[in-house]
Amino acid sequence: MEKAINNRAWFFVLPVLVFVLFSSLVPLMTVINYSVQDTMGQNNFFFNGIAWFQNLLDPTTDIGGRFAAALVRNLLFSFVVLLIELPLGVGAALCIPRHGWKVGATLVLIALPLLIPYNVVGTIWQIFARADIGLLGYVLTHLGIAYNDTQDPTSAWATILVMDVWHWTGMVALLAYAGLKSIPDAFYQAARIDGAGRWSVFRNIELPKLQKVLVIAVLLRFMGSFMIYTEPSIVTGGGPGESTSFLSLDLVKIALGQVDLGNGAAMSLVYNLITLTICWVFFTVMTQLDRRKDV
Amino acid sequence: MSVVLEHVGLRVGNDAVIDDVSLAFERGTMNVLLGPTLSGKTTLMRLMAGLDRPSTGRILVDGEDVAHVPVRRRSVAMVYQQFVNYPSLSVYENIASPLRVAGVGRAEIESRVAEAARVLRLEPFLRRLPAELSGGQQQRTAIARALVKRAALVLLDEPLANLDYKLREELREELPRLFAESGAILVYATTEPSEALLLGGRTATLWQGRVTQEGETPSLYRDPGNVDAARVFSDPPLNELPVVVAGGRARRSDGTPLPEAMIPSLPDGSYRIGFRVEHASVVEQDDVAASQGDVFPGTVSVTEISGSESFVHIDVGFAVWVCLVLGVHDWRPGARAAVSVDRDGIFVFAPDGSRLQPSVVRRLPHAATG
Repeated sequence: MEKAINNRAWFFVLPVLVFVLFSSLVPLMTVINYSVQDTMGQNNFFFNGIAWFQNLLDPTTDIGGRFAAALVRNLLFSFVVLLIELPLGVGAALCIPRHGWKVGATLVLIALPLLIPYNVVGTIWQIFARADIGLLGYVLTHLGIAYNDTQDPTSAWATILVMDVWHWTGMVALLAYAGLKSIPDAFYQAARIDGAGRWSVFRNIELPKLQKVLVIAVLLRFMGSFMIYTEPSIVTGGGPGESTSFLSLDLVKIALGQVDLGNGAAMSLVYNLITLTICWVFFTVMTQLDRRKDV
Repeated sequence: MSVVLEHVGLRVGNDAVIDDVSLAFERGTMNVLLGPTLSGKTTLMRLMAGLDRPSTGRILVDGEDVAHVPVRRRSVAMVYQQFVNYPSLSVYENIASPLRVAGVGRAEIESRVAEAARVLRLEPFLRRLPAELSGGQQQRTAIARALVKRAALVLLDEPLANLDYKLREELREELPRLFAESGAILVYATTEPSEALLLGGRTATLWQGRVTQEGETPSLYRDPGNVDAARVFSDPPLNELPVVVAGGRARRSDGTPLPEAMIPSLPDGSYRIGFRVEHASVVEQDDVAASQGDVFPGTVSVTEISGSESFVHIDVGFAVWVCLVLGVHDWRPGARAAVSVDRDGIFVFAPDGSRLQPSVVRRLPHAATG
């Protein structure tokens, strides 16, 4: 059959192209532009090669040292977040009732923190944690625990970690719950008939069946925690000192605070690349493991 | 060992899921639970396994009420319609799992698993994970797990429903043999009448949580005791016709008289007659006038061809009846044809659904004249 060629069809694609151009391509090109140029002021830019990148990736320079320190903080934060939120989320999912009106009530309660805007979460915890008037800070101080999230780095880290756990464990729990619900009842029956105990049911049935859902949970929680910005910027502002200055906070300080566009642009590109690479490695490794099993 | 259900019932909320079931199972027998989806087969098996407790009645094992014996201490094995294996354990470990829980010694586990694997032809796959096997191999692993346990009561809940037909035929033949040596009570749930007939043994037909009839499988097929049992044990569905008898004359419910002497003489009242496909044959349009007996003209609506036989669905105006024709026939939808009913295959059911036994029903002399 002969197909009629009608070039007017391109008009239908045009809106998407324009949208993509302005939403991704133009901003990205701007950042790339800044990352390879320097300026002497008066809006005069000249080509600077890869100097910004060289500086950034050399930890002996001022900017390189900041970047490396922030990257280590980010990695540590994401690692601890995954370490706490995944087991806790799965544990919570196992405790959610499976039948009756309690299901809805529990799910709503668990999902509630997920529905609060990030900056509101930050504000709630900023006030909650204050040593002078915040409930948490006040109680801890009166219990004799040396807690002050504006002066003590350990307190600041603990506050941000607990806040993230409070904010996001619900998502892991919901994902895991959906995974658990999809396990046919026959598996549990078979285990009961075999005389298998609770641990053995978890280890040999529930955990393997949850694997796919947990890959998604790890991916989402890693990306979320690695790109965290709003909450710590409100609660600690990156302090005390530089102790909670994650990459995103540092980036904003450099690019917008100091209007250091070259360093800022190079940093945001490398930051972006690191996130993409880690996610790609995660995804590839985990799906590869999965494929080997599904042959 | 024997298992006896005495007036067992199970209520969930206000619904009687299982309603007054009494059955007895003897050592070394094959027992089929035949019924459509949601008729209570799986629930009944769960009760027998001890996964649920009946709300009324008793379950006796060797004469003792087992209501308070936990599942793990009962000698029960179960195979499901889904392929249920531990996903993270190898085939070997899967088969060994019930023995490990039971604390059987290492050497014995090895020999018993090897034996089960040999019988079920799983030897090449022992190191693999269940997800690396085909459906048939996965189900054979599940069956090996049940077999290795040497349980006294083996519950097979539509174990072949998810397999392709070649494997089904193979396993259906093997299953009873595999468990025969152990002397276990085999209980096999299925929705398919043909599967029940192939398995033999005894059959109980289930309908809406009640056992409608129970007995030797072939005689149950020949002599359904009520309309529910006949329907459950008929595939393609039972052909049915409500009739009203008044003054010795049988008519359809709309008043059209039935062919003379088609059904036995009955006291006045309303009845339902039923006959299976093998007692209904197709008469071609040209032969209708010449044919004698009970012929209902109509049009062909569908023909299901299975190869050795064809099921022709004929719309006779007040119902669609299914006829059996041997061989492959090409009846076009819309073609005019008639259904001829074999009088000897007619079951007569009273308004309450119970069947009037042939001995009760006096036949008119037509049977002698042909």
